[in-house]
Amino acid sequence: MLQLCGISWAAPDGDSILKNVDLAFPDGKLTVITGPNGGGKTTLAKLIAGLQTPDSGRILLDGQDITGFGVTERARAGISYAFQQPVRFKGLTVRDLLELAARSQLDETQLCTLLSKVGLCARDYMDREINNSLSGGEIKRIEIASVLARNTKLMIFDEPEAGIDLWSFAGLIDVFLDVRRSLKGTLVIISHQERILSIADEIVVISGGSVTAQGPKAQILPGLLREDREGCAWCPNQEGAKVS
Amino acid sequence: MNSITQKLLETISNWTGSFPGAYSIREDGQCAEFRSTEHIRIEPKADLPGLDIHVLPGTTGETVSIPACVTHGDIDDLVYNDFYIGEGADVTISAGCGVHNESGEPARHNGVHRFFLEKNAHVLYLEKHIGTGGGAGKRSIDPVTSVFLKEGASLEMDTSQIGGLDDSNRKTTAELAENAKLTIRERLLTEGDQKAATEFDVEINGDGAGVDLVSRSVARGNSRQTYRSRIAGNARCTGHSECDAILSENGSVSASPELDARNEDASLIHEAAIGKIAGEQLLKLKTLGLTEAEAEAKIIEGFLR
Repeated sequence: MLQLCGISWAAPDGDSILKNVDLAFPDGKLTVITGPNGGGKTTLAKLIAGLQTPDSGRILLDGQDITGFGVTERARAGISYAFQQPVRFKGLTVRDLLELAARSQLDETQLCTLLSKVGLCARDYMDREINNSLSGGEIKRIEIASVLARNTKLMIFDEPEAGIDLWSFAGLIDVFLDVRRSLKGTLVIISHQERILSIADEIVVISGGSVTAQGPKAQILPGLLREDREGCAWCPNQEGAKVS
Repeated sequence: MNSITQKLLETISNWTGSFPGAYSIREDGQCAEFRSTEHIRIEPKADLPGLDIHVLPGTTGETVSIPACVTHGDIDDLVYNDFYIGEGADVTISAGCGVHNESGEPARHNGVHRFFLEKNAHVLYLEKHIGTGGGAGKRSIDPVTSVFLKEGASLEMDTSQIGGLDDSNRKTTAELAENAKLTIRERLLTEGDQKAATEFDVEINGDGAGVDLVSRSVARGNSRQTYRSRIAGNARCTGHSECDAILSENGSVSASPELDARNEDASLIHEAAIGKIAGEQLLKLKTLGLTEAEAEAKIIEGFLR
């Protein structure tokens, strides 16, 4: 279980991004974090993975205080993080990245198992460089595969749907359903997508740097969808718009 | 052949106690051994140190190995090797060079290689350079390569210098006729106070011809690299050059790519990037459990592969 206790973080310009956030991510469950852009979701994920350090508060993984751990130590403690915008490398191949993630050499069958989960054919991709020749969708899928290859007790995916085409998106849902089925640890996905929210066990809403709602999907999702349908009250094209 | 030569040969070439195909081993400025085959004739030059290598038209799948080794200081080796590749031939040429120096005197190898490819011939040219030994004497290699490609001929050059050389000055020139193709892959690593200079000058003279030139380098310590390239498009042709360099510690790199389009149908592109390893690349590998040092080593290993 991952616990965040009183986490606050301000940007270098002084803007307060997260304000005294308390959260618990239980084992064996898929928690989806959602909320408006700029609300602090990605910052929260980066704080968990160690890419940012909180100004105050504590982070506990299975009761161990990991607040002072660096990125490497957290990864070794069992935290995996899929970047929202995956990194490109000149020279490193898909095989290199997946082997580094798995911390062992992978044969073609193992590479095939991993890459087929994200809809890629190992023969076509394993020797390709992770450079600009890969499309946004391809590199996103490889990023997800690199986290799956680690198979750690806590996996965080930051907007996995961003940059993925519609065809791949259906496959992506199947990937998370598959991970969810065999989940022993904790799965956290940051997403705006209703389809991903619909497979959540728990939903956390972060807005303006604070947790504004949290609970089981059945309790949180209907309210979110209602808000979504109501849309912007000021837009003249919306039904029920206010007239000034 | 001494034991140092044998060790250098293992590193710079595909030597496993012997070479397949035609070969010539140069050791400390002398030809130690050579062998011709039915289709590949190796002949010592009459007027200069070096060899004339003739590959008969239509020869395919054969190899020519011409490694050169300098095994001690106070050697300044200069050799001229000319390769004449017959029409339609398709061969692999390996020309690595190793300089070992345990003394305080300088050791240098300077190989001047010319490739004359007839119509539709193809050559894969492999060139690996290293310096070894703990002596204070300077180790240097200054290869000069000239390539002449006739109609439809192609040459792929894979050249690397991965550490150990104090000074290197590499000059490569090429002239391409109609539909000829030249591909060059260069990898370079300098450390300490080493200096490395690279110059490419390519004249594309025939319609449909093209050059693709990719250089990747890492400059560590206080080392200094300079990169100059010029691609002249004198016909309906394509030219692409890419120079990527990673800086580490106080390493420095100067890159001056030049494109000279002299025909309205010449399509020439240059890309260049110099900088330290991107922080996000290190972060990504750290999220996989690697330390900063492990991440940097992996990124450089992949970059120079």
